[in-house]
Amino acid sequence: MMQHTLSVLVEDKAGVLARVSSLLARRGFNIHSLAVGPTAEIGMSRMTIVVEAPELEQVKKQLHKLVNVVKITELDPNRSVEREIMLIRISTSGGGRSDVLEIGAIFKATVVDVGQNSITFQVTGTPSKLADFFELVRGYGVIDMAKSGRIALSRENKARKLKAV
Amino acid sequence: MPTISGAQALIKALEFEGVDVMFGVPGGAILPAYDPLYDSPINHILARHEQGAGHMASGYAWATGRVGVCMATSGPGATNLVTPLADALMDSVPMVAITGQVATTSVGNDAFQEAYTTGITMPCTKHNYFVTDAKDIANVVHEAFYIARSGRPGPVLVDVPKDVLNAEIEWEDPTDLDLPGYKPTITPHARRITEAIRLIEAAEQPVLYVGGGIIKAEASDVLRELVGALNIPVVTTLMGRGVVADSHPLTLGMPGMHGTYTATTAIQKSDLLIALGVRFDDRVTGDPDFFAPNAKVIHADVDPAEIGKVRDAEVPIVGDAKAVIEAMLAEWGDRPAPERTRWLEQVHRWQREKGLKYDQKPDGTIKPQFVIEELHRITGGNAIVVSGVGQHQMWASLHWGFEKPRTWINSGGLGTMGYAVPAAVGAKAGMPDELVWAIDGDGCFQMTSQELITAAVDGIPVKIALINNSQHGMVTQWQRLFYGGRLSASQLGVGAVDYVMLAEAMGCAGIRAETPGEVAPAIEKAMSINDRPVVVEFVVDRDEMVFPMVPAGGSNDIVLLGPEDL
Repeated sequence: MMQHTLSVLVEDKAGVLARVSSLLARRGFNIHSLAVGPTAEIGMSRMTIVVEAPELEQVKKQLHKLVNVVKITELDPNRSVEREIMLIRISTSGGGRSDVLEIGAIFKATVVDVGQNSITFQVTGTPSKLADFFELVRGYGVIDMAKSGRIALSRENKARKLKAV
Repeated sequence: MPTISGAQALIKALEFEGVDVMFGVPGGAILPAYDPLYDSPINHILARHEQGAGHMASGYAWATGRVGVCMATSGPGATNLVTPLADALMDSVPMVAITGQVATTSVGNDAFQEAYTTGITMPCTKHNYFVTDAKDIANVVHEAFYIARSGRPGPVLVDVPKDVLNAEIEWEDPTDLDLPGYKPTITPHARRITEAIRLIEAAEQPVLYVGGGIIKAEASDVLRELVGALNIPVVTTLMGRGVVADSHPLTLGMPGMHGTYTATTAIQKSDLLIALGVRFDDRVTGDPDFFAPNAKVIHADVDPAEIGKVRDAEVPIVGDAKAVIEAMLAEWGDRPAPERTRWLEQVHRWQREKGLKYDQKPDGTIKPQFVIEELHRITGGNAIVVSGVGQHQMWASLHWGFEKPRTWINSGGLGTMGYAVPAAVGAKAGMPDELVWAIDGDGCFQMTSQELITAAVDGIPVKIALINNSQHGMVTQWQRLFYGGRLSASQLGVGAVDYVMLAEAMGCAGIRAETPGEVAPAIEKAMSINDRPVVVEFVVDRDEMVFPMVPAGGSNDIVLLGPEDL
């Protein structure tokens, strides 16, 4: 099913996260990831929600009915910046430490912990970059992994002039 | 400046909103709020169950057009309000519910009578509030009333912990609303109106499909003007009965699963559906893939989420029904009404040939439809009719001729059995000079009849026409039609309850009619008693089923007119 990224500006009030997630659940929309944090505007938070739905119109309209939801933007992946962060601990007990470090270097991953038997990387980037990294290292033995939800912002609209021509 | 308690602020805030009547049940956590209520001009009606208080607030709101208010304590008091809140959300009823909560210091500790009220009611309210500072009470109540009545109306709950009610504050009048995420669209887009009129001009077999949104928007008068200006037949949904007069030649009645043949079929054959304040409910559409297959759709609603939810609209219009209709009338201007001779002749032929029918034998058992038609005849139709859910509800909607909006109150979307008695009490409390008749079934009546004690004690003389077939009638009908007649758990026991004695035990008058000849005298006797509530039990034919009927999930092309069509 299609994934859509929604950037939702909400009032920073108690229970808003519960309202949003409860609404998506009861209307039958599957949440792939959800990240929430403060914005530049005081009293507002931004939720970046990746939902799986055949079409987005109903999701947006239903979310809009929540009194604390101020603005909803659907982000076009081609015109927005999407980032995730991943912490991943890879086994080195079977050797392969230098291979793993090499892959890490290619992905500009940061080593955040090294032990006798494992290395932990911090990787940031697009969802597909993180997925690629995971594929390359999984053969060495992934002991544990934690991933943030996706956060995203739209890019400045440079296409406007081109469109007018 | 002198201080007042949070509880005093709460009651003062309700007075500030113009509340005259409210319904509730006291208890531990809400007790502080009941003390200032003792001195308040607000008339508090003590329901016997919080569910009753909630439905009373709903009945009040339907009858008066104002926000209905109910109040309950924490824990079970609040959870007992869940059904009326869910009911009000489905039917867009403006309501404010106040609930007590355990003290903020105890919240989250499984305290006595603690329940997570705002969490439990989140999916069954339009919005809710948990108040943690008594200084916020005035503004929260002000916002709650605004949200409840504006846009698409709905229930709003305000949960107030006991220590917040007991805190001392300085009263300040509520300030301007601060709701950056809540801005209902009232005025429709002009271009959409032009497009709508263009489609209407081109249509040969148009139908106006109108519902509860017309009542909420107080748009009945302008709708009647529109019907005349465009000369288009109208179907009124279960929630919209009475927005146009049933006696008007262009009114076709209720469409859908138990709608009239003409209303359902006119939609099926239409080339343009003008849907105003309706939501294409499954009881109206049947299988949506076969619903009005040749029709283009103009869909106007104040809630944008309803447009395109079930059926795509060629012309989507977001706006208040009254503003939309006024704009359409202005755009139509003084063009003459189209004649539509062929289409109207067709519609009227269906009305003549496929009308409602039932067979009341003078010496047979009472037919429920006969009771409703006799009630209509004797009252002259001048009553607010309130019903529960099931067969009696469908018979009342089909066989009562509604002439005005706000004279038909029932539970549509949620289908809440037991709605009638408390909603009738609420309607009568709000409109004491109107005659209020509840038409109830015996299954429904047994769920909430204790609210007749409220009515008797508080002097709210409602009248109940109890259609008694000693069973859950609609369940029985389905079991007969679709489950091989296996009447599993649907029979309530013939003669199990002496309703006359029960009514009298609750301080009401009790009357019974068992033969067709006793129906009119029983109603006339009930009409002569005005000092207390009256229950008239009509012992009716247990085999009677509701027709017309479109079997669930089927196409609306197949309307069964009676048992012979099965």
